[in-house]
Order: sequence, then structure tokens, then C-alpha cells
Amino acid sequence: MGHIMQFSTWIEFVDMGGHGLYVWLSFAIAIGVISINVLQPWMSQKKLIESLQRKFQRESKLK
Amino acid sequence: MMRVFWAELSRDLLLAFRHKGDFLNPLIFFLMVAVLFPLGVSPAADFLAQIAPGVLWVSALLATLLSLDNLFKSDFDDGTLEQLLLSPESTYMIALAKACAHWITTGLPLALMAPLLAVMLFLPTQAIATLVISLLIGTATLSLLGAIASALTVGLKKGGVLISLLVIPLYIPVLIFGASAVQSAVDGLPVTAYLAILGAMFALSLVLAPFAIAASLRVSVSS
Amino acid sequence: MNMLKKQLMPKWFYQMASPKWCYKITGQLLPIFGCAALGLLLLGTVWALLFAPPDYQQGNSFRIIYIHVPSAILAQSIYITMALAGAVGIIWKMKIADMVAYACAPIGASMAFVALITGAIWGKPTWGSWWVWDARLTSMLILLFLYFGVMALYAAMGKPSKAARATAILSLVGLVNIPIIKYSVEWWNTLHQPATFTLTEKPAMPVEMWLPLLVMLIGFYCFFATSMMLRLRTEILSREKRTAWVKELVTKSSVR
Repeated sequence: MGHIMQFSTWIEFVDMGGHGLYVWLSFAIAIGVISINVLQPWMSQKKLIESLQRKFQRESKLK
Repeated sequence: MMRVFWAELSRDLLLAFRHKGDFLNPLIFFLMVAVLFPLGVSPAADFLAQIAPGVLWVSALLATLLSLDNLFKSDFDDGTLEQLLLSPESTYMIALAKACAHWITTGLPLALMAPLLAVMLFLPTQAIATLVISLLIGTATLSLLGAIASALTVGLKKGGVLISLLVIPLYIPVLIFGASAVQSAVDGLPVTAYLAILGAMFALSLVLAPFAIAASLRVSVSS
Repeated sequence: MNMLKKQLMPKWFYQMASPKWCYKITGQLLPIFGCAALGLLLLGTVWALLFAPPDYQQGNSFRIIYIHVPSAILAQSIYITMALAGAVGIIWKMKIADMVAYACAPIGASMAFVALITGAIWGKPTWGSWWVWDARLTSMLILLFLYFGVMALYAAMGKPSKAARATAILSLVGLVNIPIIKYSVEWWNTLHQPATFTLTEKPAMPVEMWLPLLVMLIGFYCFFATSMMLRLRTEILSREKRTAWVKELVTKSSVR
């Protein structure tokens, strides 16, 4: 990266020159939306595969 | 090609004249919505004159929106639409004729009634001609774009609100330039540029929209 | 006609049409894009928050750009992807393309949402209010409405194949309209609010500022690819659940 770190203390970093609320809120919302967009389809895929597995097991028992 | 257009147009117009409701309801709605603004906001003449261009255009847009639900509904319900699409005639022309009939029964009367409302809302007299012309061109575009959404939702049971959802984003450019044309006539500025842009949008939708309408109708009719 | 088409398009295009092949290939691509997305987004976030210099006018609130701009660009690219996939689905009757279009809509809408909300948050320290009728924000709002329309139409239509064709037509109509909407909103904005300075239009952003932005942007694109492929694979499985290959695949993979 080669740049200097912009903040010398943690408090400065959290405060962001008085704009901390805005910056952190934006990043938190973005992280939240991105995680939902990955986790939700992942979960639904898992659920679907599990339900299909159960279905195929039932069918094989019936035979 | 043109024969199909005229046949479909005259049939639709005849049907519209038989059912006077299709014809009158949007007009009455237009009147009522425009009356809501003095009642809801303020009846002061100078204030109304200031918001009149926007109010008239928004009311006309909503009135057009309201009438879209019936555009293909009766033809769809009695199976006429399916017959039309099965026939060897050009669906482009049929779609164009339908949109044209819709404009003649809603947009045209709206534009002609607008001066009455303009007087009630104290729109300066020099802007009335621009109002009528911008509405004439603008509502034609609204009918063409609206027909796409109407064709997409005609097979659905609850199409009414959905049409508005689909079509309002597409209506925004027409609203912006229509209302700005009237506003600039109020301010005594030249309006030809706005009318030219409205005309360009009309020309574009005139060429492209019938394709989308025809394709949408095919989707809706297919089982 | 079929022969002609076969010569016109490359081989992978026709392989894409096979759900089984598509499921396999996305299974291989998914970890690559997933890791790339995670790595780039982490790198970009650390870089943006810690190392990028603050703006001389806006101070540290400028760091919101690293979320706002990539999500705004992504929201528009996803709409284009969705409309083009829909067009491919209509023209070549390709089911996979329909599913891609279907998978795009919610991701695009959420990106438009992120762009809008970060724009609003950014507006507070910059303009002093949570919402300003800025041209970019307004056209992003209209883009979100377009996404809502597509999703509502999809939800209202019953049969997937019919819904796919209907939404494809709608998104193509929207695609033609997007430049017109953007132009008219920008024009309207200059008419009503002259000389508000825009959030992102900066004359010549220095390298230290735009390099992390580029990293974030690529990271966002990789995230889109990951999320889209996850949705696509679920959709393929659920639509093909009666086929032999799905049965074989599901019964074999008891580990996952």
C-alpha cells in the first residue's frame, strides 16, 4: 500500500473527525446487505438440498 | 397493414362510445384530483398559479394511469384478444391501434378539458395553449407506454396496482418535460425546445412501444 | 436455421444452455469468486478506512464514497445484465438465461438501496440534510422503482417460464428508458437547483484515493458474481429436481 496510516489513535479512528457516525453507519449497512445477499441464497440452497435428500430417501424406501 | 389499423381503431372507438363510463371516468377523476389541491393545500390564487403546471400534469398522468386497467381487459376476458393474435394480421398494427384508441378516449379529452381546470387553478392565460399542446403530445406517449404495462398484466387477477408500479418510473421523463414546458410558458420563456423533446419521446415510443405491447400480449395470452 | 445459429455462436454458449453443465461450471467458479470477493472487499475496506487520505473539503465523511460509488455502479450494471439475460432468454429460449435474470433482480435492488442510503447518510454532513433532490440520487431512486416493478411482476406471475418472458420485456423497456430517465432527471436538476456541488464528481482524484475505490469496485463485482451464482444454482436445482442428474448429485453429496 505504501501510504501512511491516517489515524494515530483508536479514538481518532472511531471518531473520523466528527463524521464517525456517518462513515461507520454506511459501512455497517453495506456489510449487512452484502452478507444477507450471500448467506440467504446459501441457506436456501442448503435447505433445498436437504429436503431433496429426504425426498429421495423416502422414495427409495418405498420401492 | 393500414386496413387492420383502421378496422381495429374504429371497433375500439365504437365500443368506447357504447360504454360511456370508460370515456367519462378518467375525465371526472382528472377534475376531482385537481380539485383536491386547493382543498388540501391552499386556495390562494398566487400559490395555485405557482403549482398549477405540476398539479395539472400529475393529475392528467394519474387519470391516464387509472384508465390503463381496462385497455385490454374486456378483449382478454371474452377471447377477442386471442383471436386477434391468432389471426394472420400484423400484431404491431393491432397494438398500435389499441394504444391509439386509448389515447383518443382518454388523452385527447383530458387535453381538451385541461383549460377549464387551468382557469380554476389560476394558471396564467399565456400558458394555456402550451398546456394543451404538451398534454396532447405527452398523453400519447403515456398511452403507448401504459399499454405495455397493461398488456403485461392483463392476464392477472390483481393487475390494477401492479400497473402503476410498473409504469410510473417510465412516466417520469414525460412528466418532467411536460410540466417544465408549461412552467416555462408561465415564465414567458420559449417552449419549443420542451415540446420538441416531448415530440422526440413520442416518436421513439410510437416506433418501439407497439413491439413491446405485441410481445407482452403474446405472453399474457399464452397459457 | 438451427445450423446457422450453431455457426454464429461459440460452443460454450450452447453448453451454457444445459442446466447440468452450468451447475457444474458455476460450482467450480463459485469458490474463486467468493474468495476474491472476500479478499478484495476486506483489503478495500481497510485501505479505505485507514490509509486513504481524507478529502480536503469533506474530511473523513468522504470515505463513504468507497461504498456509495461501487454500489451505484453495480446497481446499474446489474440492471443491464438482467435485461440482456432476459433478451437472450427470449431470443434463444434459454432457460439458464431466464434464471440468471431472475437471480439478478434482488441483488440489483439491494445495491440500489445501499447506494441510496449511503448517499442519504453522506448528504447529512455534506449538505446538512438527510435527503437532497440531487440528480444522481433521484435517478438511483427511479432505478430502485424499476427493480421493484420487475420483482413485483415476477411475484405476480405464476408460471416461471411465463414470468421470465414478461419480466424480460419489462426490463428491456426499462433499459431503453434508463438513459432517457437519467438525462431528464439531470436536466430537471439543473433547472431547479443550480450549483449544488455533486458528491462524487471530483476533478482529478489522486491515485491514493481512486486505487482503493477500484479495489472496492472489483470486490463488489466479485460479490455480485458470487451471490448471483448461489441464487442461480438453487434455482437450477429446484427447477430440475425431477431429473436423474439432480437425484444422483444430491444423494451422492451427503457431506455438504
